[in-house]
Amino acid sequence: MIEDLNVARDAALADVAAAASLDDVAALDARLLGKKGELAAFKRQLGSLASVDERKAAGAAVNEALAAVSVALDERRAELAAAARSAAVESERLDLTEFTARPARGHAHVVTQAWERLEDVFIGLGYQVAEGPEVETDWFNFEALNMADGHPARGEFDTLFVDHVAPGGTPGHTLLRTHTSPVQIRAMQAMEPPIYIVAPGRVFRRDTPDATHMPVFHQIEGLVVDRGITMAHLAGTIEAFTKAFFGGNVESRLRPSYFPFTEPSAEFDIRRPNGDWLELGGCGMVHPAVLRAGGIDPEEYTGFAFGFGIDRMAVMRHQIADIRDMYTNDLRFVEQF
Amino acid sequence: MKILLSWLNEYGDFGDDVDRLSDALTSLGLAVENVEHVGATVPGVVTARVVRTESHPDAAKVHRVYVDAGDGVERHVWCGAFNMQVGDVLPLATLGTEMPNGMTISRRGILGIDSEGMLCSTLELGLGDDHSGIMILPPDAPLGVPYGEVLGLRPDVLLDIDLTRNRPDCWGYVGVARDLAAHLGLEFRPPTPTLAVTGGELVAGVEIVDGDRCGRFTSTVISGVRVGPSADWMAQRLRAAGMRPISNVVDVSNYVMLELNQPNHAYDLATLRGPEGGPPGFRIRLATEAETMTTLDGEQRTFTADDLLICDAADRPIGIAGVMGGLDTEITDATTTVALEMAWFAPLGIMQTAQRLGLRSEASARNERGVDPYGIDVSIARFVELLRETCPDLVVHAGAADGRGASLPDEHRSCELRVTEVNRVLGTGLTAADITSLLDPIGFTVSGGPDEPLTVALPSWRPDCTEEIDVVEEVARHHGYDRIGREVPKSTVHGHLSVHQQRRRLLRQVLLGLGISEAMPNPFLAPDTAEKAGLDPTAVSITNPLVADESVLRTSLRPGMLRAVAFNESHRRTGARLFEIGHVYPPGEGELPDEYEALCVVLAGDEAPAAMAVWREVAAALGVGARLDQSQVPPGLHATRSATLSIGRDVAGAVGEVDPAVLDAFEVTERVAILELHLGYVLDREPKPARWSAVSRSPSSDLDLAFALDDSIPAERLDKAIRQGAGNLLVDLDLFDVYRGPGVDEGSRSLAYRLRLQAPDRNLTDADVASVRDACIAAAGKFGARLRS
Repeated sequence: MIEDLNVARDAALADVAAAASLDDVAALDARLLGKKGELAAFKRQLGSLASVDERKAAGAAVNEALAAVSVALDERRAELAAAARSAAVESERLDLTEFTARPARGHAHVVTQAWERLEDVFIGLGYQVAEGPEVETDWFNFEALNMADGHPARGEFDTLFVDHVAPGGTPGHTLLRTHTSPVQIRAMQAMEPPIYIVAPGRVFRRDTPDATHMPVFHQIEGLVVDRGITMAHLAGTIEAFTKAFFGGNVESRLRPSYFPFTEPSAEFDIRRPNGDWLELGGCGMVHPAVLRAGGIDPEEYTGFAFGFGIDRMAVMRHQIADIRDMYTNDLRFVEQF
Repeated sequence: MKILLSWLNEYGDFGDDVDRLSDALTSLGLAVENVEHVGATVPGVVTARVVRTESHPDAAKVHRVYVDAGDGVERHVWCGAFNMQVGDVLPLATLGTEMPNGMTISRRGILGIDSEGMLCSTLELGLGDDHSGIMILPPDAPLGVPYGEVLGLRPDVLLDIDLTRNRPDCWGYVGVARDLAAHLGLEFRPPTPTLAVTGGELVAGVEIVDGDRCGRFTSTVISGVRVGPSADWMAQRLRAAGMRPISNVVDVSNYVMLELNQPNHAYDLATLRGPEGGPPGFRIRLATEAETMTTLDGEQRTFTADDLLICDAADRPIGIAGVMGGLDTEITDATTTVALEMAWFAPLGIMQTAQRLGLRSEASARNERGVDPYGIDVSIARFVELLRETCPDLVVHAGAADGRGASLPDEHRSCELRVTEVNRVLGTGLTAADITSLLDPIGFTVSGGPDEPLTVALPSWRPDCTEEIDVVEEVARHHGYDRIGREVPKSTVHGHLSVHQQRRRLLRQVLLGLGISEAMPNPFLAPDTAEKAGLDPTAVSITNPLVADESVLRTSLRPGMLRAVAFNESHRRTGARLFEIGHVYPPGEGELPDEYEALCVVLAGDEAPAAMAVWREVAAALGVGARLDQSQVPPGLHATRSATLSIGRDVAGAVGEVDPAVLDAFEVTERVAILELHLGYVLDREPKPARWSAVSRSPSSDLDLAFALDDSIPAERLDKAIRQGAGNLLVDLDLFDVYRGPGVDEGSRSLAYRLRLQAPDRNLTDADVASVRDACIAAAGKFGARLRS
């Protein structure tokens, strides 16, 4: 019987090895190992054996054969499953460069990108962000900034006036702000020192558009008012901001200039790695008359202010040759940034 | 202001290190914008005399000029200018000469006839901008020598200084030299002539009628004048400085203006009239409306009652005060006696007249910034001193007039200066002595001290300086901005964005994430644009627009966005998805228009539901809700596919599609889905943070319900009814199918919802699901929604 069992076991193992599919394995499992399976049949023959020892030996042999076939079936099943999965994976092969999908994200305007970068630098330096109306009164745009009616510097702003008339007011005193500086006055009126603000915003000049000028553009203004603020703080702030924004290898300098709303006044320049000085903006110590217009006592407090163009930051960063391109809303431009 | 370096060196030993001087000037606030090397003689260009000229039958625009360059050889040159005559001496660029513009003179001629050089204009030699003809040299010039020798050319440097408005004194060489000498610690040597009266009384009197506009007017009569060419040195210097020499009297006048920043005018005394045979003189008065006069440049000018005129004693206008003289009283070759005007006028009036007339002169540029009313006396003496070089017999007559008006600034002005204030503003540690040594050399003479405060004399040539802070700036300039420390202030404020600003960034991020790009259209519209967009045309207008098409302030972002869509469509970019966050400026009754910040989203090629989807996403991200009302469609939007969005009682925006008629008007061919919001309602307040609700660990169960609902009733009501019926077992609701057609009544549609039900703490029973189903059916039935089986 042992010989018969061995023959049957080897035949079963051969069948398992030859199984070509998981279905074949399942069928073999039933045929070979089931209660009425071919190997189980040997168990029923045990009773016909004469001696106890023979029965023991034959029983152990049958169990061994069953176990061997069972292991073979499991192994074969795993082999076949793995082969089926890799066949399926193989059949799903894709060329990932076959597609031309349009980018789905939107693009923030280049000016917005520069605007937010600047805001973030100044927030890091401890500033809040202030805003004000774009249509302004003559008082906030000029008079409070130490440019009384008839001040010659007014002529340099190429102001656009609008036909709105304040109640009880006279025509010609409402305008499109020519700079973000009126926000200085509004902030001083609204806040108690210490004041640390930047005011980004849209400004307007009666300028014919060309490659470097637009009648509508953007500036950012900074204002610090506190006890003990000096021109050294101004110079230090300009240095800190330019290094943060343009990189640690730029140098900055202040040189004397003139603005009615600051005194002493300065232009601030940066020196780029190629050695050229580049004029960035204007700054200075807030003029006592401007502090007074903001309701602040210049004997108690001092302050500094600075301002420069945001559009130009975008132009420099992206080497845009014609500023007008920034305002065409042409998607072929917008999607570059 | 262009400063000729050799001229500047008259007033101090500044030397010729251009880089160092440029840096010094720039550090003083006299920014050197450009450095131009002038006066170089082009090697190879020599003097030559015209022997004869000859035209060629086949060349009308050029002729043949035969010249003698001193070697007796007749050279033939083609020339396109005809301004020379036989005997004239001209600059001849000989063969092989490299011209300043890079051209090399070659033999190549015209019509097969060689040219043996080229005759040069001032432009070609870099001596000026005149290219109308060949430069004519003095007739007695030797031939065959470098033209530069004849002209006395010396290599020199022109520094172009960008002057700020607070430095009128630097419109003269002496002002620049004063600052520079102080900065470099050099001796400053201004001219110090004295005026000697050498003749009997000869008066041109002065009557100042409008003293508010004319503070000082002096008249000095000088006879024995012989009008002729200037001395060579003066002609050369003026030419090198960019000013054309004219005659000795005019040149001296210009020289004094450039040197001492004192505009002046010499009238031919013989042309001045007096009243009814009375003595000649000057009368300074405002013009009468529409009064006219012809200025030196030959133009007839018409005045308003705000323009100040110089008249003669017969009240005939002979000059526009501080701007330009009249033609009739101009100096001529026959003039022998002049009445010299040196005056001070109120700057603002000069500026306004020059602006009104569109007439900017060297004189008006100076007078409108403010000249030194007390520099007049030195300037008169300097004028006489310089003119005497060419008119040794001139006589200065007694009886010079010196009229004063109310607007004349005080001669001796001063202000207090606290040393503590200097250091408080500048962050320096300067002493009274330091400050004195910085201020004295520039004429801000310090007295008092060492105790506070010092008294500082404010020089009459610095009208911009009136108060303490002005002097602090002078201290800072001469101390050196680069010697002021650098220190970042310790902000005691925490830097942050406001709620509105933070939420604006969030809004922008949500829109960008939805694949919508940011546009920035022009906020100025044409007068008819709002109406084309279906909007109320009432708007604020610009009173001085650059162009009429950009003269109205927008009251809505919509027109700009539609133009952006049309622009992209016309460049073959359909399907533009754009948003703008920007201000609009509707008219208002307050101090300012009712300006506010708005959002407009346009989705070209999309229909209203796409705009609804954007609104839902925005509303969810920002935690805002709004009531949708399709019965209130804003003008300009699609009447049956749009709705207003209301928050409380206020209309906060609109959503839907653009009216096809508006699209036509903007030449947009795609449908355009649109969302408009007044951002004040959306961004100003931060909603409470979303509160945590536990995620249930119990199994959920789905329930599908399809209802037939009349088309007149919005699906939103059914949505609400289901939410109400399902109560707090509902965790998700999805409208997964909308169907119109067979099986559903005409005028109704089927709306199929999938409800996901889940209890927080237990398994759902069949009874739970059944009761939700019944409740939903009952709630929906109240407005006629019927469950479809």
